[in-house]
Amino acid sequence: MYEIEIHNLCKNFGKTPALDNLNLVVKKNEFYGLIGPDGAGKTTLMRIITSLLLPDSGYLKVAGLDPGKDYRELRLKLGYMPGKFALYQDLSIEENLTFFATVFGTTVKENYNLIKSIYSQIEPFKNRRAGKLSGGMKQKLALSCALVHKPEILILDEPTTGVDAVSRREFWEMLNEIKSHGITIVVSTPYLEEAALCDNIALMNKGKIISSGSPEEISSTFPEDLFIVETKYIPQTLKVLRQFPNLINVNSFGHSLHLVLKKNTVQTKEIVDFIENKGISNIKVKKGKPEIEDSFIYFSSSNL
Amino acid sequence: MTETEENIIEVKNLVKKFGNFTANDNLCFEVKKSEIFGFLGANGAGKTTAIKILSGLLFPTSGKVMVAGYDVYKHRNIIKKNIGYMSQGFSLYEDLTVKENIEFYAGIYGLRSKEIKFRFAELVEKLGIQDMQKEFVKSLPLGWKQKIAFSVAIFHKPKLVFLDEPTSGVDPITRRQFWDLIYEAVENDITVFITTHYLDEAEYCDRISIMVDGRIDALGTPAELKQEFNAKNMDEVFVKLVRNNNLQNE
Amino acid sequence: MNRFTGFLKKEFLHIFRDLRTMMILFLIPVLLVLIFGFVIKNEIKDAKIAILDLSRDNASKSISSRLSASEDIIVTEYLSSYSQIEEQFQKNLVKAIVIFENNFAENLVRENKANVQIILDASDPNTASLLNSYVSVIINNFISEKFSLNKTIPLEIEPRMWFNEEQSSSYMYVPGTMALILMVITALMSSVSIVREKEMGTMEILLISPLKPYQIVLGKLAPYAVLSVINAVSIILVGYFIFNIPILGSWFTLILVNFIFITMALSLGLLISTLTNRQETAMFISVFVLLLPTMLLSGFIFPLENMPNFLQYLSYIVPAKYYLNAIKSIMLKGQGILYSWKEISVLIGMTILLIGLSIKKFKIRLE
Repeated sequence: MYEIEIHNLCKNFGKTPALDNLNLVVKKNEFYGLIGPDGAGKTTLMRIITSLLLPDSGYLKVAGLDPGKDYRELRLKLGYMPGKFALYQDLSIEENLTFFATVFGTTVKENYNLIKSIYSQIEPFKNRRAGKLSGGMKQKLALSCALVHKPEILILDEPTTGVDAVSRREFWEMLNEIKSHGITIVVSTPYLEEAALCDNIALMNKGKIISSGSPEEISSTFPEDLFIVETKYIPQTLKVLRQFPNLINVNSFGHSLHLVLKKNTVQTKEIVDFIENKGISNIKVKKGKPEIEDSFIYFSSSNL
Repeated sequence: MTETEENIIEVKNLVKKFGNFTANDNLCFEVKKSEIFGFLGANGAGKTTAIKILSGLLFPTSGKVMVAGYDVYKHRNIIKKNIGYMSQGFSLYEDLTVKENIEFYAGIYGLRSKEIKFRFAELVEKLGIQDMQKEFVKSLPLGWKQKIAFSVAIFHKPKLVFLDEPTSGVDPITRRQFWDLIYEAVENDITVFITTHYLDEAEYCDRISIMVDGRIDALGTPAELKQEFNAKNMDEVFVKLVRNNNLQNE
Repeated sequence: MNRFTGFLKKEFLHIFRDLRTMMILFLIPVLLVLIFGFVIKNEIKDAKIAILDLSRDNASKSISSRLSASEDIIVTEYLSSYSQIEEQFQKNLVKAIVIFENNFAENLVRENKANVQIILDASDPNTASLLNSYVSVIINNFISEKFSLNKTIPLEIEPRMWFNEEQSSSYMYVPGTMALILMVITALMSSVSIVREKEMGTMEILLISPLKPYQIVLGKLAPYAVLSVINAVSIILVGYFIFNIPILGSWFTLILVNFIFITMALSLGLLISTLTNRQETAMFISVFVLLLPTMLLSGFIFPLENMPNFLQYLSYIVPAKYYLNAIKSIMLKGQGILYSWKEISVLIGMTILLIGLSIKKFKIRLE
């Protein structure tokens, strides 16, 4: 029994297809990531799952319910945190939380154990207005508000966008704790490295799911050879490697370059020679395991 | 890469206070000509304030700040002519076409129309946007918007360009194309001052500074910083630095 | 706390927290009335009038002497025939002429009914109407004292406004300002407050919550209904106590009509909020679609009768026109609610139509 089940889902806005034939399943108490850049269709998909939008065609069940017909029943089971921190800026932390609790017909007290670890961090400032909070605190408050009615499924639309790396990490730790309460979590993010923190992910680009499964599965389905080239001269080496014969692609990854070549066609030695022939020395080349970002780049280019 | 000793930004003991709150606490750093300087920091660490001061939008409370050889206290207007600026938000007018946007910005910087025409043709060629130039900006994908916004920011060939989270939300392929543009700008002697939340991008910078609580707590090349913090990548450097600080505060 | 009351509480917090909202709600209406009040002259001083007494009996003489005894009125001349009237006005000698019919006292006693005509120079409509009521009060007081009649006033005062026959009464500024303020505040503020939720993204959460759509709408509108009624009452009080605007009809009816108008304005606000997702657009629609017609086409400032035909036709869809007619008859004529049944039915009809449209347009989902 899946918590979310989607088959052949399509949604167009006017003539532009926003979602193109999506297939996706999320198991109960799973931590599921929708990963992709802006414009991939993550928000549209989440709005369809939360019954805020209707799909044009396709099969869709959320918590065993049809978001089109049973939206009222479904909405009670959902916790939702939209892209922007949807908080009332002129209300205090406590007032925001109390408001969302009452609206969902519960009290802060009733589900306090669920939000405790998150809310206790901002509770000392509970009389401060939401508009005056830092990004990290707003994020915690928004999460507390989405959780306060103990939803079955928590849906978070880009909760970490624009947030610094440390706060981002803390946020994912909080989500893991929430998961331990038996809640199914669907989260979207444009940061591909966050994929590794999810149980299962769907890589999305331009309205399509280009690959899905657990991060390891996705990594293992990478069909070509990946070489990691370490060099001090990233831009120069990059230029050189773009000339490599039968290149699939080459990209910078922080302090190294990732070179993708047809499986079993090239040895590391050949790459070293190729670069050194162009006058760049001190190169290290080794075969590597593809990261999510490698998969994303590979699958989104091969899908074009 | 050619390195000259000339500094395009010199900041000494920069302090900026808002009431009791110290946004920038005694900042000292230089940015060398034609380097890519990564200006990192946690949310609310004071990056935006510092960029506003450097670009002449805010006066410092105290300290010495020279940009492109001019003092920010006295020569704000000259500084503005020598810099370009691009943020993730409001760089282009959504209801103007690509061409109209570029003509507008070029006009602001006093470029002659002949020159605008020439450089525009060059840009269209370089980015391969022949089909796109007459489209409204709002109809373009984010990645293109950002690439075009960057091209607009350096269209008047400034000495220095400020990029405030230019790649936020952009897909990984376009993000790298964006960095190609940055490298190209550097080859044309434009200094790049960039903020980002993608720490792999920090590795692409020549030098980086990391701000924590209004101070610059780390400054150096990515390799130096990784060594200093005994970390295998910039992500770890950043996390160690910011977490330590958070622990100290608690 | 119940869901709905929790929602209401939040709405009130929004309103009380925002200085701008508070000013728009409470300061500006009163200020506006005060400004209108003081700009439009509200007192008559040494107003010159003439009297044409065709009856010359005790009653008419007593009234005349009362008029000349009053502090603010100077009776400059007693005329002897109708033919002199024109000249008096043309040479700007008097502001008003009071005419007693033949056998004034006799008619009063025998037929329980007598006619006094007041002809006013309405080229200055404010003075004219002030003078009108001033003179009327003096005459009425005299009659009720003398005949101790408190039920019906047998006197038929027939004011005629010369030079501006369909003059806009200066008293109109209170109902007029009220129409304006209620329209703008209720429609604009309520639509903006709904649209703000859409802009902030909180509407998405509210839609997902167990709150029913009608509860969301009611919760957003109710606070503005309450505050608008308070506003209407305070404007009436300012008019009544500071500017001595008469309220001849019942207070209850007056407030009831105001409440109907407010409900209409709120449903307009609701409709506007369903049309747009941006606060600026909501404001723009409110100002240009509501404010201007209310000012220009309700008969509040410019008499409708002098307008081109198509504008007159257009005025039929301006709610403030009906509201003003109803309010005028209650405040200034002392009529009951039944007298304005047409106007009130139109307002109620408009409200039902607007709510119907809004329900059709209000989405339980996003676009």
